[in-house]
Amino acid sequence: MSKDSNSGNTIEIDREEANFHYDVNYKHDAGMGLSEDTLDYISNVKGEDQWIADFRKKALSVFHKKKMPTHWASEDLDSINFDEIRYYLSAGEAPKRSWDDVPDEMKETFERLGIPEKERSFLAGVEAQFDSEAAYSNVKDAVAEQGVIFVNSSEGLAEHADIFRKWFGKVIPTGDNKFSALNSAVFSGGSFIYVPPGVKVKHPLQAYFRINAEQFGQFERTLIIVDEGAELTYMEGCTAPKFETNTLHSAVVELVAMKDAKIQYITVQNWSANVFNLVTKRGLAHENAEVRWIDCNIGSRLTMKYPGVVMKGAGARGEVISIALANDGQHQDTGAKMIHAADNTTSNVVSKSISVGEGRSTYRGQVHIPKHLKGCKNNTECDALLINSKSRTDTYPAITVRGNKHSTQHEASVSQVSEEQIFYMKQRGLSEAEAMSLSVNGFVNDLVREFPMEYSVELKRLIDLEMEGSVG
Amino acid sequence: MSSLEIKDLHASVNGIDILKGLTLSVPMGEVHAIMGPNGSGKSTLAKVMAGHQDYEVESGEVLLDGESLLGMEVDERAREGLFLAFQYPAEIPGVSNANFLRAARQARLPDGEEIDAVAFYQEMYEKMAQLGIDKKFTGRAVNEGFSGGEKKRNEVLQMMMLEPKYAVLDETDSGLDIDALKIVAQGVNAMRSGDRGFLVITHYQRLLEYIVPDHVHVLYEGRIIRSGPKELALELEEKGYDWLKEGELVKN
Repeated sequence: MSKDSNSGNTIEIDREEANFHYDVNYKHDAGMGLSEDTLDYISNVKGEDQWIADFRKKALSVFHKKKMPTHWASEDLDSINFDEIRYYLSAGEAPKRSWDDVPDEMKETFERLGIPEKERSFLAGVEAQFDSEAAYSNVKDAVAEQGVIFVNSSEGLAEHADIFRKWFGKVIPTGDNKFSALNSAVFSGGSFIYVPPGVKVKHPLQAYFRINAEQFGQFERTLIIVDEGAELTYMEGCTAPKFETNTLHSAVVELVAMKDAKIQYITVQNWSANVFNLVTKRGLAHENAEVRWIDCNIGSRLTMKYPGVVMKGAGARGEVISIALANDGQHQDTGAKMIHAADNTTSNVVSKSISVGEGRSTYRGQVHIPKHLKGCKNNTECDALLINSKSRTDTYPAITVRGNKHSTQHEASVSQVSEEQIFYMKQRGLSEAEAMSLSVNGFVNDLVREFPMEYSVELKRLIDLEMEGSVG
Repeated sequence: MSSLEIKDLHASVNGIDILKGLTLSVPMGEVHAIMGPNGSGKSTLAKVMAGHQDYEVESGEVLLDGESLLGMEVDERAREGLFLAFQYPAEIPGVSNANFLRAARQARLPDGEEIDAVAFYQEMYEKMAQLGIDKKFTGRAVNEGFSGGEKKRNEVLQMMMLEPKYAVLDETDSGLDIDALKIVAQGVNAMRSGDRGFLVITHYQRLLEYIVPDHVHVLYEGRIIRSGPKELALELEEKGYDWLKEGELVKN
């Protein structure tokens, strides 16, 4: 424990740089547990229209009806106690357009995570969410003047209802899975973005999702629509302090790329090891559009995430590039879904997972090409790296290709960092952690090159930190 | 005096005693060769000095300029100035030679100090040229898909870049044709100096024609049974090891 001299708040810090939290007086707290009252509370605080309140309630009943998917997924899901989670916490203030107006403890949180600095150096806009609501949201004037809308989901609903409602829940229906239903019932925060036709947003827009509170669930809802011929790169980062109790993060992210549009969605998540991270992400690609997910999963207790692309228009392209690192006590259950729904559509999946100690990685891939289409292509590569013999990795590819006018390729490999490799590197003077970091970075090197430079540096640093932590 | 000193070293692997009281001293500035038949413990000696986890040290000492190495981690020993040129260097997929060497150099700097990248590359290219290594080599993954000769040259390059106080060369001649052997020997000879010691482990006398040792030791059943001037190597080549083995048996 140390005293933070600037704010007078008590903060807890340890070696891991994102592992700290502030005591915040929340104005709005929906309390523990999940019921229709919880939903009413959220709708009231947000002043939502009736259709949204109804949407939430319908979703709650779907959530209750759906079984926990433990018949195929980890039984660890049963450890989530939905009655001991708080579903909505906020300070009751609208997101600020200037960091000076953001409450101290939130501002300090994001400063320690380097967000304002990144915003100044290379971003076109930032939204910073603290527990259930955005504390800060701003887009640079030059970008706003092009007609780009970048606000949180509540603002999106209130002020851009026509566009929002048209696509909301259309890419990922409430009943897609148990956790998309949960998110649909209690969603709060997340981004709403609209890029008008032909506008190519030069610099990335970024959202940062920070969990501060204990026994809490974060359920942001993001909807991004990029209109004809427009282009956008969006990045999200996420962290939380480490608590004894479990934290739940369950987001839904829907992307819509209209004809000839391009969306690149980059995630670098670094959750603490008590977070259940159960996220549904899917993009809809119209004619000749491209949706590209770049996904780095570091940390969490259990991550289940399979970004998908539905290639609805002819010539559409979908891509998932993912890196997952599972350390002791962690399970990264990740993959990709590629649904080909038009001729000449192309998808590419490259997945690399690293399991350290008793960490476990699972790849689940689904590629669907129906019989009536022609000229569809899929390439799937999944490589696993094991660091020490207790690690576990599984691959469950499901490639359904009907008809003979398509081409698919699938490659998988498992490799190991051997004791002889570690010995060799240590003999050259590298510590064990440095040797493992170097091997892991070498393993993911070709994927990291796909990242914008600022993020590849950050990813490398996160890998170094993880490896440092994994050596006693 | 500065030296790499091994005192009455006993070591085993999987419960089998391999080194049985090995004593040897390599003074700074000298080149010593260890020769011996297969199974005499040559490679075990190299691994034990470097600190390989599979080998158990039962008793004895290994001192680098008077400092005991045996209690240190593998990487600490390396940073103290001990270098092992491996008989079978490991392959490190995805890690380029340049990045690997850079990380190894960086590991020797105090915290907070950064390597000068320009000077580093310049130095690396110069040393590569001395060893006849193509520039493209820097971008290739460490030892991955290398021929036997390329691997050994890479070991010597690493040694030149890391400038150890003492270098142990474990059968660096194995798998080399005569041209490669000459280049590797040139590299080692260029590094010979008053403030560096070498222990050259070899099965054959051939290497010692190019790296001429100050002393030759014969290792047999885990102990040094004979030491002598460089001519001892020639004698071994001529007569084989048997005459020494017989002498050893008589002595016992």
